[in-house]
Amino acid sequence: MSGERNHGIEVEGLVRAFKDVRAVDGIDLRIEPGEIYGFLGPNGAGKSTTVHMLTTLLPPTAGRATVAGFDVAREGPKVRASIGAALQETALDPFLSGREHLRLQSSLHGIRGQTRKELIETLLARVGLTSAGDRKIRTYSGGMKRRLDLALALIHNPQILFLDEPTTGLDPQSRTALWEEVGRLARDEGVTVFLTTQYLEEADVLADRVGIIDHGKIVAEGTPARLKAEIGKATIEVVPEQNADRERLAALLGRFGEETAARPGAYAVQLDGHGKLPDVIRALDNEDVRAAEINLHQPTLDDVFLAKTGRTLEGAEDA
Amino acid sequence: MKTTLRQTWLIARRSIIRTFRQPGVFIPPLTFPLMLMAVNSNGLRAATHLPGFPTHSFLAFFLPFSFMQGALFASGIAGTDFARDIDTGFLNRLALTPIRGSALLLGQIGGALGIGAVQAVLYLSVGLAAGVRIHAGIAGAFVILILALLIAIGFGTLGLWIALRTGSGEGVQSQFPLLFFLLFISSMNLPRNLIEVRWFRDIATINPTSYLIEALRSLVIEGWNGQALGLGFGFTFALIAGSLLLATRQLKIRMART
Amino acid sequence: MKSRFDVAIALAYRQTTVLLKNPSIFLPPMLFPLMNLLAFAGGLSRLRHVPGFDFHGGYTAFTFVFVLLQSAAFGGVFAGFGIARDFERGFAKRLLVSAPHRGGILMGYALASLVRWAMIAIVLTIVGLLAGMQIGGSGIDIFGLYALGVIFNLVGLLWAAGVATRFRSVQAAPLMQTPVFIVLFLSPVYVPLHLLQGWIHAVARLNPFTFLVEAGRGLIEGRPTQVATAFGVAAALLVVASVWARTGLARAERAG
Repeated sequence: MSGERNHGIEVEGLVRAFKDVRAVDGIDLRIEPGEIYGFLGPNGAGKSTTVHMLTTLLPPTAGRATVAGFDVAREGPKVRASIGAALQETALDPFLSGREHLRLQSSLHGIRGQTRKELIETLLARVGLTSAGDRKIRTYSGGMKRRLDLALALIHNPQILFLDEPTTGLDPQSRTALWEEVGRLARDEGVTVFLTTQYLEEADVLADRVGIIDHGKIVAEGTPARLKAEIGKATIEVVPEQNADRERLAALLGRFGEETAARPGAYAVQLDGHGKLPDVIRALDNEDVRAAEINLHQPTLDDVFLAKTGRTLEGAEDA
Repeated sequence: MKTTLRQTWLIARRSIIRTFRQPGVFIPPLTFPLMLMAVNSNGLRAATHLPGFPTHSFLAFFLPFSFMQGALFASGIAGTDFARDIDTGFLNRLALTPIRGSALLLGQIGGALGIGAVQAVLYLSVGLAAGVRIHAGIAGAFVILILALLIAIGFGTLGLWIALRTGSGEGVQSQFPLLFFLLFISSMNLPRNLIEVRWFRDIATINPTSYLIEALRSLVIEGWNGQALGLGFGFTFALIAGSLLLATRQLKIRMART
Repeated sequence: MKSRFDVAIALAYRQTTVLLKNPSIFLPPMLFPLMNLLAFAGGLSRLRHVPGFDFHGGYTAFTFVFVLLQSAAFGGVFAGFGIARDFERGFAKRLLVSAPHRGGILMGYALASLVRWAMIAIVLTIVGLLAGMQIGGSGIDIFGLYALGVIFNLVGLLWAAGVATRFRSVQAAPLMQTPVFIVLFLSPVYVPLHLLQGWIHAVARLNPFTFLVEAGRGLIEGRPTQVATAFGVAAALLVVASVWARTGLARAERAG
């Protein structure tokens, strides 16, 4: 059963301590087969340590985790046979070519002969590196390296894919191309994807579900839409036509929500509830406050992120 | 066993390919010892006039030193390259494949051996072309190559251990003067019985590298000397065993996969 | 004139601080001469019994002179690595843009190189004395020996600077040190010149470094010979190396 694509990732109370520091401090996760899970968090939050434990490169200090149905602490070789990983460092040899990397990696996985040859060509074509396959890695751009990294992770047809910050430092075009390929893998081939990222947009576009980690603990989890609805509030920003109206505008908007940061000359509040925009406009009209500009910002994962990991939240709690 | 051998070959091949694709890395270890050999064999020729000096050719006396130097360079290359693999995460990439730890180490050692082989053949050929006569004959020349390769394996493995311990190329480089220092305080320039400064003679006597040089040297200038060869091979095997043990233990710490 | 010295002193201060904070840059040029001194003085002293060996100040003093001058040259070359590194990292470019006097830049690097060599020379001298080095020469003689070292340090630096400014990459390091290494070892390293035989004797006789090392040995022994010639050769080397470095700097400037 375990070898089939009907197991995802299950984690219970996973801990990794380095001396006195608990880099990962008791996390629980459940990722379904074929799901794309986005793992968000600032630098040093514990993302990479979690990935290293789930990919068997680092033994956990406590807790339990199964990947593809195998225990990461006791069944390392079976876990490794089921997963592919593109880890944060672009760990490529500058003096070998793309094809040579794929040949080495596939041979170490025991793939040989004609099968290997065909597989290498298929993967190179899929990541758009066929013509660059014989060039040394030191001549590759950042995007090409990431694409080769992905091909290397896929060489033994894994059922679960770990991508540790796969698009860090890439230009928007390369980033979109990589997203498309990852989306296709999950959609068409049923590959489970565990993706860590610092880019909220990436998680928003790609992930079915998102987990936010901070100081080694998961502080929020859910679909991007639910998280945004739960935590983020829409913001309305109004620029008065006449500067003299500023005070009246502030009093008026204050009735609809809490003041928040705005551009110079503008005034903004986070709206208390949904569908308040018509009420605001009506009030502006009734009280004859003329607006030169009105902007409505829908909540983003950024707001969730800030709310869950930023100092502002902690500051509010202290208060 | 078959899998280990195949994996070892894959890693060794990669190690050799990458080395020979960096002329800046493999040319100096080939040329520098030859240069030193040319200069010192002439500059120190006067030493052959000392009473009790065992040969009339300082080149023959000095030739074995080149093998030692080559082994140290091979060690430096193997160590620096491996440290770079650790630093960049390439080791993690390998650790995620079904590779065995023993194959990884042996493959890296194979890389050092490949460089060592090219060096040893070159130094010996240049020595012979410059008129050195190997007193132990063709079989002796063969034993010289074997011993030189074993020494390269020993120091190469030591380089890997340093790489695993420090995890950085700079770390490996900064330890190198220490290994060269061992070579400098040995009997590399004069036979031990002709070293007149007592403390230096004592250090050269307890310095194992002296015996490696003396074993190689005995084949060139004396013929078959059982004691010198016994000590030379003995210390070489001890070096290999010791550094392999250290490297294996350190690899387990560095590659802590479950 | 004032600003030229300002540039030089500021740059020398920066180079020396960088050096002292990085043992990995600082230690190798210190360790190699020390290793040579110990290996030569300890391991080769019997060479003084070779028939015709006419230096009477002990083998440690004989070998000390070579190692001291070697450390001077390599101290300069290692400082040249720093220049190449500065070009690689863009620091030198900023310097070329902001410093009003190009001469000040070279002077700054030279000053830093001298400070570095001074530290090495002090350690070498202490170790030499501890190893029983005999000094037969007077204060003036010894001053002359170290003066030769200073000039040779500058020659080493300017040579390396010329290479560094032409290649502007640390990759050129072997090109900086290999020729210096060859010049040093194609001289009477282990025995006096007249005991060398064959091609190496012919080469060493023409090698400018031979004049320096032979004069240095005469100075430490207290029997100065060919001192004026040695200083003349050293000064000539300095002029040639300065031109080499200045043209290199101009070329780097043109390359932008």
